[in-house]
Amino acid sequence: MPNVSLTVNGKPASADVDNRTLLVQMLREKLGLTGTHVGCDTSQCGACVVHINGRSVKSCTVLAVQCAGADVMTVEGLAPDGKLHPLQEAFRDNHGLQCGFCTPGMLMSALDLLKNNPNPNEHQVRHWLEGNLCRCTGYQNIVKSILAAAATMRGGRAAAE
Amino acid sequence: MYDFAYHRPNSLADAARLAKNEEAKLVAGGMTLLPTMKQRLARPSDLIDLGGLKDLIGIKVEGSKVTIGALTPHAQVAASADVQRAIPALATLAGGIGDPQVRNCGTIGGSLANNDPAADYPAAALGLGATIQTNERAIAADDFFRGMFETALKPGEIITSVSFPVPERAGYAKFKNPASRYAIIGVFAAKTAQGVRVAVTGAGNGVFRVKAMEDALARSWSADALKSITVPASQCNGDIHASSEYRAHLIGVMAHRAVQAS
Amino acid sequence: MAPRDDGIGASVRRKEDFRFLTGRGMYTDDINRPGQLSAYILRSPYPHAELVRIDTSKAAQAKGVVAVFTGADMAKDNVGGLPCGWLIKFKDGSPMKEPPHPPLAQGRVRYVGDQVAVVIAETREAARDAAELIDVEYKPLPAIATIDDAIKPGAAQIWDIAPGNTCYDWELGDKGAVDTAFKKAHKVAKIELVNNRLIPNAMEPRAALGDFDPASGDYTLYTTSQNPHVIRLLMGAFVLHIPESKLRVFAPDVGGGFGSKIYHYAEEAIVTWAAGKVKRPVKWTADRSESFMSDAHGRDHVTRAELALDKDGKFLALRVSTLANLGAYLSTFSTCIPTYLYATLLAGVYTTPAIYCEVRAVFTNTVPVDAYRGAGRPEATYLLERLVDVAARETNMDRVEIRRRNFIPNDAFPYQTPVALQYDSGNYHATLDQALKAADWAGFEKRRAEAKARGKLRGIGVSTYIEACGIAPSNIAGALGARAGLFETAEVRVHPTGTVTVFTGCHSHGQGHETTYAQLVAEGLGIPIENVEVVHGDTAKIPFGMGTYGSRSLAVGGTAIVKAMDKVIKKGKKIAAHLLEAAEADIEFKDGKFAVAGTDKSKAFGEISLAAYVPHNYPLEELEPGLDETAFYDPKNFTFPAGCHIAEVEVDPDTGVTQLVKFTAVDDVGRVINPMIVEGQVHGGVAQGIGQALLERCVYDSNGQLLSGSMMDYTMPRADDLPPISVATHTTLCTHNPLGVKGCGEVGSIGSPPAVINAIVDALSPLGVRDISMPATPQRVWQAIQGAQTRQAAE
Repeated sequence: MPNVSLTVNGKPASADVDNRTLLVQMLREKLGLTGTHVGCDTSQCGACVVHINGRSVKSCTVLAVQCAGADVMTVEGLAPDGKLHPLQEAFRDNHGLQCGFCTPGMLMSALDLLKNNPNPNEHQVRHWLEGNLCRCTGYQNIVKSILAAAATMRGGRAAAE
Repeated sequence: MYDFAYHRPNSLADAARLAKNEEAKLVAGGMTLLPTMKQRLARPSDLIDLGGLKDLIGIKVEGSKVTIGALTPHAQVAASADVQRAIPALATLAGGIGDPQVRNCGTIGGSLANNDPAADYPAAALGLGATIQTNERAIAADDFFRGMFETALKPGEIITSVSFPVPERAGYAKFKNPASRYAIIGVFAAKTAQGVRVAVTGAGNGVFRVKAMEDALARSWSADALKSITVPASQCNGDIHASSEYRAHLIGVMAHRAVQAS
Repeated sequence: MAPRDDGIGASVRRKEDFRFLTGRGMYTDDINRPGQLSAYILRSPYPHAELVRIDTSKAAQAKGVVAVFTGADMAKDNVGGLPCGWLIKFKDGSPMKEPPHPPLAQGRVRYVGDQVAVVIAETREAARDAAELIDVEYKPLPAIATIDDAIKPGAAQIWDIAPGNTCYDWELGDKGAVDTAFKKAHKVAKIELVNNRLIPNAMEPRAALGDFDPASGDYTLYTTSQNPHVIRLLMGAFVLHIPESKLRVFAPDVGGGFGSKIYHYAEEAIVTWAAGKVKRPVKWTADRSESFMSDAHGRDHVTRAELALDKDGKFLALRVSTLANLGAYLSTFSTCIPTYLYATLLAGVYTTPAIYCEVRAVFTNTVPVDAYRGAGRPEATYLLERLVDVAARETNMDRVEIRRRNFIPNDAFPYQTPVALQYDSGNYHATLDQALKAADWAGFEKRRAEAKARGKLRGIGVSTYIEACGIAPSNIAGALGARAGLFETAEVRVHPTGTVTVFTGCHSHGQGHETTYAQLVAEGLGIPIENVEVVHGDTAKIPFGMGTYGSRSLAVGGTAIVKAMDKVIKKGKKIAAHLLEAAEADIEFKDGKFAVAGTDKSKAFGEISLAAYVPHNYPLEELEPGLDETAFYDPKNFTFPAGCHIAEVEVDPDTGVTQLVKFTAVDDVGRVINPMIVEGQVHGGVAQGIGQALLERCVYDSNGQLLSGSMMDYTMPRADDLPPISVATHTTLCTHNPLGVKGCGEVGSIGSPPAVINAIVDALSPLGVRDISMPATPQRVWQAIQGAQTRQAAE
């Protein structure tokens, strides 16, 4: 049974896994990080999106063994000290979640978008969410949340500079 | 997923040696193979992870040629200023594959080697007359694609890069499967130094060229030149998303739009 | 006093969001118990086959396997079948055909996905590996995939007890009156349509974890359910014969339901029973592929209808004949969906005096069909609102005018329809007017012309709908065949320091009850919302409950909370009267204070609660200590949300692609407690309705294989498929519950599909297209355009 060591949310982590263990299984079942969800088995829904080495990836379509040495960030790493990330704040303020199941993947996907495009328009946000399914919200308030977070994050950056 | 032996070779030579095993599978981005294995539709004895071969990632523009390393992810191709300048249609195509997370992982080499009949990259490779470089030889796109999920690759042969000639003009138009985001029809049309090429993906058992359209566009590179040309429905597959007649019709519409976009 | 920012009418940010946003939600699959095993369910690959032989010996020997069970093992333990909760009768009064539904198949399998065996192993992969070693000999039988196949003369029989594959052939309304009215009709508008079969696809796949404590003999089931008490009752009493006192059912955070998690599913019984057999916890979690073939599907009707009109365009009578697909077995509430949740809505918002509907429900070799968001009411609304558009065309009347002319007038409430319901309130003109304005209906022709110049076909469509929810008055439901009560329960437990825990029998799986209910209590008891916690989902904590479906949580569950609060306040007044040395009749409760009327003497809420638990100065001789009250509330009537939805589309004639440009919803959901949440509910419902109208299609091939069996082939609406949805409300209060609330969970999915299809037909009408089926996929629209052009060329 291979042992996989990697960094998760800034901290070293390791576990014995099977070759066939998916990253999402390792996170959920071996490391107890159940914030990352599994909503499908064909890589469509995006409930499992995490960041690997700074890029958003579907953790249900990556083997744990492929991630040896990688830097992984999950939804649990967004608010490490309990203070919500501006994206999380925006989702709460704009009712960007209902049942909450797709939310971790939405947040991690949106974070990647805003890293690459700090000032997206509505069309770009909707297009970016192609890999994230939500059955509750009709996406409207998710899109609104991401646009609001983008504005806050831009503002915050400007203020810091 | 069935269990398998896992290998992560550090050299192309080691990867090629391991890949001689006909029960083994190479994995690059894994965007098709891993879901297939999860559904237990594939059962490789060994999985050879090419992720350690970092040399195979990268984009080079030299003269009239764009060369893309086999392990370059779609997102990198889509975002590459070099590709956007030299062959904007190729950047557009790469930016329309799957979704952002698929584009962050999926690779050009993986896509071509898999040769899904509804994948996008085969249309670009065939439409531009690309050359597929492997660890053993160079293969012209015209000789590479051999029908559904079949290619000219031999056991132990690994794609290392793909070279695209920079065309005078090129365009890609895709009609997406609304569920899977694969192409129901994708048409890549290009005017290159070697002539006009029109390649269609999604329609049949593999990517193919449409000579009548190429001839018409060679006479006059304009969407209007395609007006009276139809592809027979018998050349197209039908499924729950699109009948063969509808696919045949869409080839015409997408070809028109590909030329308009060029 | 200024209105509270955390009370009724305020868009309070949700209390539940923090845990969801930080990855700390606790869904069933997130729960693990010590010593837990995994279950894998072997499912039938055949739609219809005899189970000749099952050999599990090799699987039982496989690595990591603890046990393998089949239907025979369950039969040995006298495990019962999954019950159906609603008895429907044939026209002649005889009961529906009610076949057995064993959790693991016995003797025969009846759809692809039917449960054949379960493997219990140390890991999920080991269980699945071993399942492949089970040797099953099937003898395939002819299969029925569709309604049309089911009713063909000589069709294969799925159940011996159900000739013609008919579960029931039922009717509602006055056939004679309808026949008479049709004879006098000036015009008759006719329509034939299919209400497409849908797969619910809540984002969280179903899961169930059974646990057994050998020391106490207690069972616990953690499950993805919308109604844990109902599961406890059905599974305990009918299937596993475990007394309620020994069975705890806990539905923790649930990732969406939309109806699909109401029902008692086989897997819940299998893991609970298996946990008792192997004396270890057993968890099953569905793959999405399993969800497609095992979650109850929705809709699936074929209907012919005709509407008789007089010369002024007034509706005289409606005649409807529907075939409904129930799938292979009867799911928990399947039988009432195409009957009492469907035909009773056929009056719509109109004064049609005579209505007759007959429904034949059939078995097919497909996944069982049951309620999916809206459940029966979207089918009724789609039929009516498409038919009204046809009637407008037949009579050359404006689509809006014909609706207005037939609306139930504002002064006609309470209004008794000819199909059993009595509407308590509404103002259909107001929601229509507001929607027409918001959608700029008047300016549409200009936009159509502008689109035409760009080569696009633009259309606009309207639907004016009503639904019945707030399910349900138990005595009425019982008279109609319901086998359970449909009241709701709440316990309001005031703690000594004045904080409150509310225990509700409803269940939140996205609706935000933890916030909305807290708003009710904060306002009702005059305490800060931070002092209110809402507990749901756990039969070990909550007195009883009927769960969440049919937009009932506020109208029924919320009212139960109000009733419990009334009891708290009543008792609080007695305590206050004692403490303030006043007569009970002189005590007023307002803004969190018990005061003696006309004086400045008062006691704060927290002082009263403290006195109740530290009863040193307390009327012990006439009053029990404590402040903890429970109420059961049974509604007097259904509630009747209604409204108007308008869709505007642009069709690309080259590809047949429909782009939804704009969607406007104006809904009357009664009093709005949290506008932010109501708006979100409407967004979600509309998105599902748009999904049905444009994208979602469950397809079986003629052999009964599910072709749309994954998200690669079943189109889920994505962010870029949907337009901005404009939502507004117009309120008339429900007259029979104290909050005046009606319900908002389903309006979106009920009103929207006909608005979208009416818009597409409008867009294509210049070409002579008169109808398009759901989902209006690009191919279907393109074919309709081709057909119209061919017809025009021939003329």
